[in-house]
Amino acid sequence: MEMIIRDIGFIIGTTLMYSTPLIYTSLGGVITERSGVVNIGLEGMMYFGAFVGAAVAYFTASPWLGLLCAALGGALFGLIHAVACVTFNAEQIVSGIAINFLGAGSALFISRLLFDGATQTLTIPNKMPLPLDFLFGEGRLFPSSGFMDLVFNRFATVYLAFFMVFVVWLVLYKTRIGMRVRAVGENPEAANTLGVSVIKIRYCAVILSGVFAGLGGAAMSIAVVSRFSNTLISGHGFIALAAMIFGKWKPQGAMLACLLFGAAKGFEIYLGSKGVPIPGDILAILPYLLTLIILVGFVGKTTAPGAVGKIFDKSGH
Amino acid sequence: MIDITKKFGDVVANNHISLTIHKGEVHALLGENGAGKTTLMNVLYGLYRPTTGTIRINGKAVSIRSPNVAISNGIGMVHQHFMLVEPFSVTENIILGNEPTRAGGIVDMVSAEADVMRLSQEYGLSVDPKALIEDLSVGSQQRVEILKTLYRGAEILIFDEPTAVLTPQEIQELVTIIKNLTAAGKSVIIITHKLKEIKQIADFCTIIRRGEHIDTVEVDKVSEEELASMMVGRQVSFKVDKPEQQAGAAVLEIKNLRVVDKRGIAAVNGLNLQLKKGEILGIAGVDGNGQTELIEALTGLARVQAGSIQVNGQELANQTPGTIRTNHKVGHIPEDRQKRGLVFEFDVAENLILSSYNTSRFSTFFILLRAAIYSNAEKLIKLFDIRPANAKITAKSLSGGNQQKMIIAREVSSNPDILIAAQPTRGLDVGAIEYVHQTLVEQRNRGKAVLLISFELDEIMNVSDRIAVIYEGRIVGEIKAKEADEQQLGRLMAGCSL
Ligand SMILES: Nc1ncnc2c1ncn2[C@@H]1O[C@H](COP(=O)(O)OP(=O)(O)OP(=O)(O)O)[C@@H](O)[C@H]1O
Ligand SMILES: [Mg+2]
Repeated sequence: MEMIIRDIGFIIGTTLMYSTPLIYTSLGGVITERSGVVNIGLEGMMYFGAFVGAAVAYFTASPWLGLLCAALGGALFGLIHAVACVTFNAEQIVSGIAINFLGAGSALFISRLLFDGATQTLTIPNKMPLPLDFLFGEGRLFPSSGFMDLVFNRFATVYLAFFMVFVVWLVLYKTRIGMRVRAVGENPEAANTLGVSVIKIRYCAVILSGVFAGLGGAAMSIAVVSRFSNTLISGHGFIALAAMIFGKWKPQGAMLACLLFGAAKGFEIYLGSKGVPIPGDILAILPYLLTLIILVGFVGKTTAPGAVGKIFDKSGH
Repeated sequence: MIDITKKFGDVVANNHISLTIHKGEVHALLGENGAGKTTLMNVLYGLYRPTTGTIRINGKAVSIRSPNVAISNGIGMVHQHFMLVEPFSVTENIILGNEPTRAGGIVDMVSAEADVMRLSQEYGLSVDPKALIEDLSVGSQQRVEILKTLYRGAEILIFDEPTAVLTPQEIQELVTIIKNLTAAGKSVIIITHKLKEIKQIADFCTIIRRGEHIDTVEVDKVSEEELASMMVGRQVSFKVDKPEQQAGAAVLEIKNLRVVDKRGIAAVNGLNLQLKKGEILGIAGVDGNGQTELIEALTGLARVQAGSIQVNGQELANQTPGTIRTNHKVGHIPEDRQKRGLVFEFDVAENLILSSYNTSRFSTFFILLRAAIYSNAEKLIKLFDIRPANAKITAKSLSGGNQQKMIIAREVSSNPDILIAAQPTRGLDVGAIEYVHQTLVEQRNRGKAVLLISFELDEIMNVSDRIAVIYEGRIVGEIKAKEADEQQLGRLMAGCSL
């Protein structure tokens, strides 16, 4: 009995850990698309964030500094996307694709320069702290490896992610700025006639999406694992994007979709650790397959913000 | 506004126009489609920068760089095409850009809703502050637009063709609202093509023709006829010239038609109708009595639940729109020109062949014949007087009335046996209306059949040979147009028997 409870605790814990990077990134997706700009460059931004986070954490031995710089790195690519799409009215998908190449390419390039030609960083000295251990001392609040410990004794980035879901929800639905973001994403002409600056709002939203994608990458490289490698992100940015769509462009919905994927991942790891006689490759498919089936089967019709992906031309010709 | 000029590339939309508005007056702007009325108002509202010219408000020159500047100078605008965020509530739309907040930037919805309530009562603009825009009728949406300007403390309100989309009842409500506004000391600028409305509410009227200021007159001192001829530059006849003509055999027979609307309610329920060669049959009725669904069923855009529609003896119900157009030769001037009538990003020539691009005239072996398409466009532009006369500009940059002319040109030139014309003159100037009516009559004179659906009783009575009244999805009465009088039709439209 105790065994089963512990196993459940293990699955829940890994679920939380693996959903976290996705949650950050899909929050970024929610913010930018709600303002009307498609950002499929999330993958590249996440990639770059993962590298910057790990590299800074390696050299400074501070995971927090790593996290901060990852956010800034993501913001840089967000800015590039904003300049292309908002100022120059570039095709948003094309700019996103370019950013995916650019993000990955520059991460690998800088990695080779700093780490003797390797496309991965060295192991960072300090991972993200575990806030419960930090506050109460190791094993003091909950007995080590008990159910509660397995579930709640998680990295600071995990706690921060869920807090961010709340913050983004609050800002988007309850505040002045959030209302303007949603209005700009639905009907920029209307917002413009009321003196809301479509350009400013979209710049902020796109840059913020970069910040969140950068955080998502770092949540992977300095918490889930302890180094950046070239296969670390492989598709997580796109999954986050899908989660945003399945979550109907809402922060809480995106979070649920990410948790679902994380749960499938947790299950995969659990089965793997139990030595179930299923080939590893098949197990690795599991999260993707499960997510797809559940989401396609159970999530109803989704509708994107009215003006998403459309060019807003202020001059009227 | 002094000496305003606005150019779009080579097109001079406004050419040295001056306009003076006094406090508390209603000032009408009158001009043909494409005369530059909307452009002038967009300049005043800061959506366009004038090429040259100055604007003075209360004697002070202001440079209106953006709507923000206009708003802070007390200018508000109700646009020709509403500027509303559909999934937002009434209150959210009204406060957007001007949100009252509590600590931490949290929007104070409670006080906002109270403000909206207070304003709506003060000026007699009834709306539910919590309702979502997408659930509101066009009339209520317009009231939200008016509230938006009042909420920002507008002293000068601009209305761009506010009545084009309203039902007659809603128009009367709007007239009352405008009277309330001027009684409260506000000034109103109103663009409209309906001379009757100008006579009814405006104090002054400024006439614009092809971007130029023609005259500003006191409305009391001129007649409708004088206004019309000033605007078009020639005499306009309000009566439709129609030779007597005997209608021929029936081309269209509708029997026991039943169509459900989006909510699954039977909007057309047991409708019977017959349309003959060489006649114009007008369908009169209050909006929402099944007109839209009837048109959609006839054109193959909605499913027919029961009953039959026969054209020349052939069943047409539930055929594809394409078959109905080409095989059965049914043309359609749609009610909603922006959604169903044209492709915004296509140019005029392309829009003119939307229903015939696959005929041998315009394509061979899947390749479009550019030369034929553009010479066709040149011809139709001249014939239907579409302005500016340029086949290569996008449909989007045409004025509303010229977009309509383009659609009519396309439909009539495809030479249909039956022409379904839904609100064909909505948003058109009197000159253009005269022209559209003549076109419909010509179709009839050539032995074709025309089904005219309109909310405007005047139009129905002037143009039709026979009038059928639709009420709750059924034809409740048919009258010869010559014998019809307004009272009698009005009673039928309201569901009373004769
Ligand atoms: N954004 C634009 N780009 C290019 N040309 C334009 C643009 N907007 C308007 N025009 C042109 O300027 C002229 C005036 O257009 P405007 O919309 O002001 O006419 P209007 O008087 O409001 O007509 P209507 O009664 O049909 O609404 C037209 O010839 C139109 O084609
Ligand atoms: Mg106009």
